[in-house]
Amino acid sequence: MASNRARSTRSLQHRRVGDSPAIKWLLIGIAIAVTTGLLIMPLVVIFTEALSSGWSTFADNLLDQYTLHAIGLTLFVAALTVPLNLVFGVALAWLVTRFRFPGRKLLITLIDIPFAVSPVVAGLLYLLLYGRNGWIGNWLADYDIQLMFSWPGIVMVTVFVTCPFVARELIPLMQQQGSEEEEAGVVLGASGWRIFRTITLPNIKWALIYGVVLTNARAVGEFGAVSVVAGNIRGQTNTLPLHVELLYQDYNVVGAFTSASLLAGIAVFTLAAKGFVEWRQARTVIRLQAQETV
Amino acid sequence: MSTANQASAAKSQRWPLTKGRSKRVLPGFGLSLGISLFFISLVLLLPLTGLVIEVSAMSLSEFWFVITDPRVVASYKVTALAALAASLFNGAFGLLLAWVLVRYEFPGKRLIDAVVDLPFALPTAVAGITLATLFAANGWYGQFLTKLGIEVAFTPVGIVVAMVFTSLPFVVRTVQPVLEELAPEDEEAAVSLGASDAHVFRRVIFPALWPALVTGVALSFTRSLGEFGAVIFIAGNMPYISEVTSLMIFIRLQEYDYAAASAIASVILLASLVLLFAITVWQARYLKRLEGR
Amino acid sequence: MSITVDGIKKRFGKFQALNNVSLDIPEGKLTALLGPSGSGKTTLLRIIAGLESADSGQISFSGRDVTGLHVRDRNIGFVFQHYALFRHMTVAQNIAFGLDSLPRKQRPAKAGIQKRVSELLEMIQLPHLAQRYPAQLSGGQKQRVALARSIATQPKILLLDEPFGALDAKVRKDLRRWLRNLHDEFHFTSIFVTHDQEEALELSDQVVVMSQGRVEQVNEPIELYARPESRFVFDFLGQVNVISGQVKQGSLNQGNAWVTVPGVQHKGDAQLYLRPHEVRLATAPVAHANLPLRIEAVSLIGSEVRVELRPEGWQSEGSNNIWEVGISHAEFNSQRPTRGDLRYAVPEVGHLFTGNDAQPATVNWAEAELAPRVRLIS
Repeated sequence: MASNRARSTRSLQHRRVGDSPAIKWLLIGIAIAVTTGLLIMPLVVIFTEALSSGWSTFADNLLDQYTLHAIGLTLFVAALTVPLNLVFGVALAWLVTRFRFPGRKLLITLIDIPFAVSPVVAGLLYLLLYGRNGWIGNWLADYDIQLMFSWPGIVMVTVFVTCPFVARELIPLMQQQGSEEEEAGVVLGASGWRIFRTITLPNIKWALIYGVVLTNARAVGEFGAVSVVAGNIRGQTNTLPLHVELLYQDYNVVGAFTSASLLAGIAVFTLAAKGFVEWRQARTVIRLQAQETV
Repeated sequence: MSTANQASAAKSQRWPLTKGRSKRVLPGFGLSLGISLFFISLVLLLPLTGLVIEVSAMSLSEFWFVITDPRVVASYKVTALAALAASLFNGAFGLLLAWVLVRYEFPGKRLIDAVVDLPFALPTAVAGITLATLFAANGWYGQFLTKLGIEVAFTPVGIVVAMVFTSLPFVVRTVQPVLEELAPEDEEAAVSLGASDAHVFRRVIFPALWPALVTGVALSFTRSLGEFGAVIFIAGNMPYISEVTSLMIFIRLQEYDYAAASAIASVILLASLVLLFAITVWQARYLKRLEGR
Repeated sequence: MSITVDGIKKRFGKFQALNNVSLDIPEGKLTALLGPSGSGKTTLLRIIAGLESADSGQISFSGRDVTGLHVRDRNIGFVFQHYALFRHMTVAQNIAFGLDSLPRKQRPAKAGIQKRVSELLEMIQLPHLAQRYPAQLSGGQKQRVALARSIATQPKILLLDEPFGALDAKVRKDLRRWLRNLHDEFHFTSIFVTHDQEEALELSDQVVVMSQGRVEQVNEPIELYARPESRFVFDFLGQVNVISGQVKQGSLNQGNAWVTVPGVQHKGDAQLYLRPHEVRLATAPVAHANLPLRIEAVSLIGSEVRVELRPEGWQSEGSNNIWEVGISHAEFNSQRPTRGDLRYAVPEVGHLFTGNDAQPATVNWAEAELAPRVRLIS
């Protein structure tokens, strides 16, 4: 009886399934080990490799003419891509969360296409259409307009690859928030733009910011699709990820990792932004709950 | 006023809801629909026409010849098997990670939670060279694995590693919210009915996570099927052994064989799209049952 | 199986949820835990179930200490406030869950489980819904399925957390009756948590009133209503009219209002508590009370007419300075009270709290003074 009692008391201490210390710490151990090995170590490697020949080499690599050009082109592409996808993402999210209409579900599925399509295939699609042999490319060539193997092509495929991100961040949030507040705005006589700016935007601000940051990260980092349409002309159509590949193939590993460290820096910034946004949202929720209970 | 006018006026009064914009309470339906449709048509759908034209210009036998080329078929196998292995690993580990992040408190939890999204934010090419460096024979991991007789870099195992990396967040991020919203009462109810921990997990928790888990694994699989940047650096790209289908398309393009590239692309594209729609339909049906709509 | 709760304490952070609670729940009775939110009633129920562990104290079932026993080994039935039905299982699978969870040796064969499930479905009158999923059921149906599920393994103790809280009024009434019949048929020892005093008084054999982590009073419903032992219980068990003042020379005075308090020796501060049905309304003061009130509202609700009045020239305590008196429809028809009319409250039975005493003294005017009553009716 005494031993029975002891067993039961111990089992009482864990309320929920899997809360016994042995299982708990085993699972946490596995999670930390694998995450460290698979995710954190690669991040460490990027920076150690980049700095393996010292800071001056790092700086030299960074200030290399072609590297600087690649950085410039990459930022330029992102600067064009992000606003386009921002407008599209907000419009689509507004459409599918604020209205019911036939084909709504289909639209939501369609914007996932870029997730499912291989980046190489994405590049190919654009190459076939806008390349010299494509029906649009052929027609444009008559006016001496070349889109593929130059920066417009890079922008186009980047828009394709990154177009779901803003919408994907906004749709679940806006769905959950519902449209009551906006409807109240309509009843009070506010114009559409005023409703969006003063009611919707403050509610979705943080998700929108993260959507933009994520779009930006993917835009600067797209490799497969861009490598199909860019043509890898050093100093002309070489974006940063392509530059990384080029240096790596040239056995300039330190140079490759120097450029890679810039991209990794953007990735880390993106993760930090996400953490910040989630923290802000959680705080808003807590504040709202506190107000409700008062 | 003519009777016809009166009739139509009466009609429009009787059916005000079907008239024009008045049925939408919120503004911006036309504008957002216009932008969305224009964008989707131009960016997502129009490019598909190029592929259709290119492929339809081929004869059936040509098409069949290209897509059943032994080297290409080998690449299907390598890609599909590696993607399967990677998505199954991610299914198991993703579930574990989501569980640990939702259920437990431990030092470093926030860091782990944040870093899960790294593969989404890190460019695939960077991931590729980094994994190749880590697993190379003289790399941090490679030197130990070589001693054990395991070769990762430049083998199909390397492909799996790259795919695991790039698609890791899918399962975690689909399972995590479901696990968070799982009502503690469900578990308590099961336990008050005498169920053991294992029984509760198997019969109550796991079935609740199942749809999210399947969705996550399927997304992970789809993403892996198309993975290119991360894979090519670590795969070694040996014909018949470690070439993925995306690379085959890329090679055909470099040979300026657009037709062949398109044919192979149409196969992989079709597979991905079928998967994507299957997930959507399956999910909708499952949710319908649970929500009773 | 009787339940003994002995010196249970529970603290959540800074909040003392239960403060030394001791209680006896007799076998075979239906007991209500009644109290406002935050009174600790649900926590106590969960500790009895084993879903929560107490910081100190002991729980025993029929004299056997179960404090350290895991909930799954206590063999209790627990019904959750929001049912907690497993949404991916059919109604039948939900009900069978407890039987499926039994250790292999005790588990009935498949056919046995099926038979038991169909018996239970029969009992809750839902055999036609066996293959439905919870999402396809109404609230009342879900509640009955939850009940069937909790008693499938034939527990001796049935615990229910706000079992009717999420249902609408009509369904609630039906289910109450049904639960009462079920309890009488199976002779469980049942405890249910509620914040609805009417539900507690109507349904239970014994009511435990709780407040701020303590047991205020335990009694049978009728006794409890007739003889509340504290101001809190008085307040919580329905509308109450209060006059607070000084006792001088055998009467309680405040402003121009007074009421005699025969047999009370106390001098100084006192409060008189009166239930709506313990007060009548007259058009003139009577010999034992002068309590002028002005009619604020008259509402015809169900079998009674409710009159709300505001003290005229004195102050009431609590309830927004409003008194509430119930009169019969006959009285209403003969007297036609209207908003703005002046009336005098005539207490018949009252409860006087003096000083800091927890327990009131009962004052009965009706027995003593028949004469004014006759005069009043005219």
